[in-house]
Amino acid sequence: MLLAVLSGFLIAAVAPWVHRGLGRHSGWALAALPAVLFIYFASFLPALGETDGGRIILEYDWIPSLGIQLTFLVDGLSLLFALLISGIGFFVVAYAGRYLEGHRDLGRFYVLILAFMASMLGLVLSSNLISLFVFWELTSITSYLLIGYNHEDAKARKSALQGLFVTVAGGLALLTGLIMMALVGGSYELHELLTSGDIFREHDWYLAILLLVLLGCFTKSAQYPFHFWLPNAMAAPTPVSAYLHSATMVKAGVYLMARLNPSLGSTEDWMLLLGLFGAVTMFVGVFLSVRSTGVKQVLAYSTVMALGTLTMLIGVGTETAMLAAMAFLLAHSLYKGALFLVAGILDHEAGCKDFLQTGGLRRALPVTTVFAGLAALSLAGVLPMFGFVAKELLFEAVLEAPALAGLLSVFAVVSAVMVVAVAAIVGIRPWYGPRVDTPKTPAHEAPPALLAGPVILASLGLLFGLGAGLVDQGLIAWAAAAVYGAPVSPYLSLWHGFNLPLLLSGVSLALGLLLYLNWERFRRFTGFMAVVDRYGPEAAYEKAMAGMVWLSEWQTRVLQNGYLRYYLLTILISTVGLVMVTLFTRTHVHIDLDLSGILVHEAFIVAVLLMAALVSVTTRSRLGAVVSLGAVGFCVALIYVLFSAADVGITQVLVETLTVIMLVLVLFRLPGFLGLTPMVLRIRDAVIALAVGAMMAVLKLAASTTRYADSISEYFIQESQPSGYGRNIVNVILVDFRALDTLGEIVVLALAAVGVYAMIKFRAEDRK
Amino acid sequence: METLMAFTVGGLFAAAIYMMLRRSIVKLVIGLVLLSNAANLLLFTQAGLLRGAPPLVPEGAMQPAGAVADPLAQALILTAIVIGFGVLAFAVVLIHRAYEVVKADDMDQMKDTDT
Amino acid sequence: MNSQFALQSLILRTAAHFLLPLLLIFSVFLLLRGHNEPGGGFIAGLVAASAVALYMFALDIRSAKRVLRFEPRDLLGWGLLFGVISGVPAVFVGQPFFTSQWLELTLPVLGELKVGTPLLFDVGVYLVVIGAVLLILLSLAEAED
Repeated sequence: MLLAVLSGFLIAAVAPWVHRGLGRHSGWALAALPAVLFIYFASFLPALGETDGGRIILEYDWIPSLGIQLTFLVDGLSLLFALLISGIGFFVVAYAGRYLEGHRDLGRFYVLILAFMASMLGLVLSSNLISLFVFWELTSITSYLLIGYNHEDAKARKSALQGLFVTVAGGLALLTGLIMMALVGGSYELHELLTSGDIFREHDWYLAILLLVLLGCFTKSAQYPFHFWLPNAMAAPTPVSAYLHSATMVKAGVYLMARLNPSLGSTEDWMLLLGLFGAVTMFVGVFLSVRSTGVKQVLAYSTVMALGTLTMLIGVGTETAMLAAMAFLLAHSLYKGALFLVAGILDHEAGCKDFLQTGGLRRALPVTTVFAGLAALSLAGVLPMFGFVAKELLFEAVLEAPALAGLLSVFAVVSAVMVVAVAAIVGIRPWYGPRVDTPKTPAHEAPPALLAGPVILASLGLLFGLGAGLVDQGLIAWAAAAVYGAPVSPYLSLWHGFNLPLLLSGVSLALGLLLYLNWERFRRFTGFMAVVDRYGPEAAYEKAMAGMVWLSEWQTRVLQNGYLRYYLLTILISTVGLVMVTLFTRTHVHIDLDLSGILVHEAFIVAVLLMAALVSVTTRSRLGAVVSLGAVGFCVALIYVLFSAADVGITQVLVETLTVIMLVLVLFRLPGFLGLTPMVLRIRDAVIALAVGAMMAVLKLAASTTRYADSISEYFIQESQPSGYGRNIVNVILVDFRALDTLGEIVVLALAAVGVYAMIKFRAEDRK
Repeated sequence: METLMAFTVGGLFAAAIYMMLRRSIVKLVIGLVLLSNAANLLLFTQAGLLRGAPPLVPEGAMQPAGAVADPLAQALILTAIVIGFGVLAFAVVLIHRAYEVVKADDMDQMKDTDT
Repeated sequence: MNSQFALQSLILRTAAHFLLPLLLIFSVFLLLRGHNEPGGGFIAGLVAASAVALYMFALDIRSAKRVLRFEPRDLLGWGLLFGVISGVPAVFVGQPFFTSQWLELTLPVLGELKVGTPLLFDVGVYLVVIGAVLLILLSLAEAED
């Protein structure tokens, strides 16, 4: 399993060479990987059948010494997704090989799409919340790179960035939510969290967790008001749109909501949030879809509709709803994948990017026409397609919804009407009617690599519809059970008899066709909606981004002002403030002001030291400053010697001498002190300097009466002669006990010297 | 004595900080020298002050007789002094080069990154 | 250089001629006894560097460089090399890097002598300190020339 998830990354790493070696057949060759993965995942089906829709958990040691494991969770839900990802992945990779043939970056494309597939598989199979999140973000990043695939196009770059910002912002919220979940549930393992739903639902943090997790899911799955990035993401090459932005990635949010339903679901908040946002997204999506004319725009907005529908169904939360959600998910992936690939064929063969440019292509592209029609029928939910089964269940679920049944039903029916119109736009408009002059005249039917996807995916839609019972006993029911948190009794079938859902289906079909016939009028009638674009969520996003840039400019101006002393002031004032407040409010330090036992010559040295320091600060002569600095250094050296540190004292004297020599060498070339600062500022600085000095003195006094741990010096003192063979303990520490530290220190010294040398040397060369 | 040293260290820190807040680069360097002295002295006092008990083992003995000053702090300060010299030299040369570019001993002339 | 720094004092120049070898020998003495009495690589290195610096002030840079014979940069490299090499022997006897290794020698005149990797390490420190300080001072003095 580990290999299966990671193989995508491994193959991605070598994909450019495969591409270079195999040329135009590289698409088929690389498509072998998803095909193998599909078979591998399918091999889990019997095992899952034996556990009757239970779950299989696979654990791998990741960092055994820390007890960190990589856990994978295989149940109906994750297997359904894994099969969709690898299955559709196969067609998309093969398709891309032909669709982007001759594109100079095709090698890079393979890398990205395979890496994306691996991330997506990791996401749906991970049982650990953290690895799930890592894969989640990986899909965002690969998606960003794929949307911006045509990186020379400014619009593609902008769209890519928009998608990244929206999904990653949600990702941050999600991470917080997941960590809170782990804290509440006491585990990072999903399979342990899923059984403890009541703990979450009764916890104080429930609402916070819910909102954070949903924010992540809503942004990823393009729920209103975050839906705007998805249609813009259509700047990506068509296979990417087909794969990421309809069949797989955008469903990651749906997946996570479904996955967490047993833990977080079936509360009133859950139903309201998911139900309402889902329903609104569904309606907005399909409405915008009918209004659009661009081929990929129409499909993208109808994907938004589908995502809304799924969210709504998960929110409804009944057994039927879960069954409907899973059936709808499968149906949607099949027909939407097929339709996007058809859109790619339209572009590739006829150069059409807008439905208004199309018409009468059935003679040129007969096979495409048939299977586009088949997929569109499934989209519209017409008997006997699988889409029909899903739609029946959808109506049934919302009619029986425990809350908001009326509202949701109205939304569902109105949306269904418009979906039919969309299906007609896609399935009828380009193919039938009078021949329209297309930008490119298709010379022949699309090649097999392009056709394979639409043909098989659309046929599967028909097959599953006719044999609904085949699917329902197995995967769909298990998936629904995983979401529902308990076994569900499957009853998918094509024909449920005459009932209310069927009636609604029929009505929506008729009204939808009517709408299609009045498409032009509808678009003209809703033209006023353009106003919304100016004030809608996307405008808000633009405003927010502009605001962020403004804010960062402002704070950079304020914080990074270029004046060293303001940086220092900020650091010093906050340090003094924080240390003092903590020292006097949080601790009970005892400050011992014992001035006894000072010898006269010691007091004298200290007095000279402070005087010299004062002179070096106040003098107007550079030489005076350097000399008094030397005096400070020698006084310090005397203090070292007086208090039993001969080595340190000697070193200090020598270094002080060299320092004075060096300062004299350099500073004499600089002009004298100018007196640049007015008096007021000097007093301010003096006050701050004295505050820092006072803080250090108080800290020192407080620290000398507090000792938390024993010093390790005792060991050095005892062992210096016996194991270091040296009687000068300081030197033994330097060259034996802590030799590695000393090595580091002499390296620093050497580097400083080389730096000095280089700076002077290069300047000399500049002059030449 | 430790009390007196605490105030001495405080005084040195105050002098160092005041110099570092000036506009003159030369004063900044003087501030750095004072600061490293202050920090070394702080470390030294914190390890405890003992008169006439250097951390040496008498000849022929295995351990020193009686308490000796903390050798670890001394080792740390010893290297710190030498490294301080190296870093100071680096800073001095850097400042010297900056002066050659700006032609003024004033840091306000250096606040733009592209000079 | 001559104009500003070389203090044209005959006494100092004569003294420097005598002081330089004395101070250098003294620095080696400090280095060797450093393990048992105050001294050691850092102090010895500083003394040696100061000696050359004094010479430089008394005469001029060129004579200081001539009397040094080595490039300070090379001293840096050798010093670091000695420092690292002194840690290696421990690896061959299966101990952690930098564990000290000692060898007891009985020499005819000096009697018993303990030679160990810490001594080599101290020599490394000595060379690095001389190299670094002189590299800095000589470069600065040359730049001011």
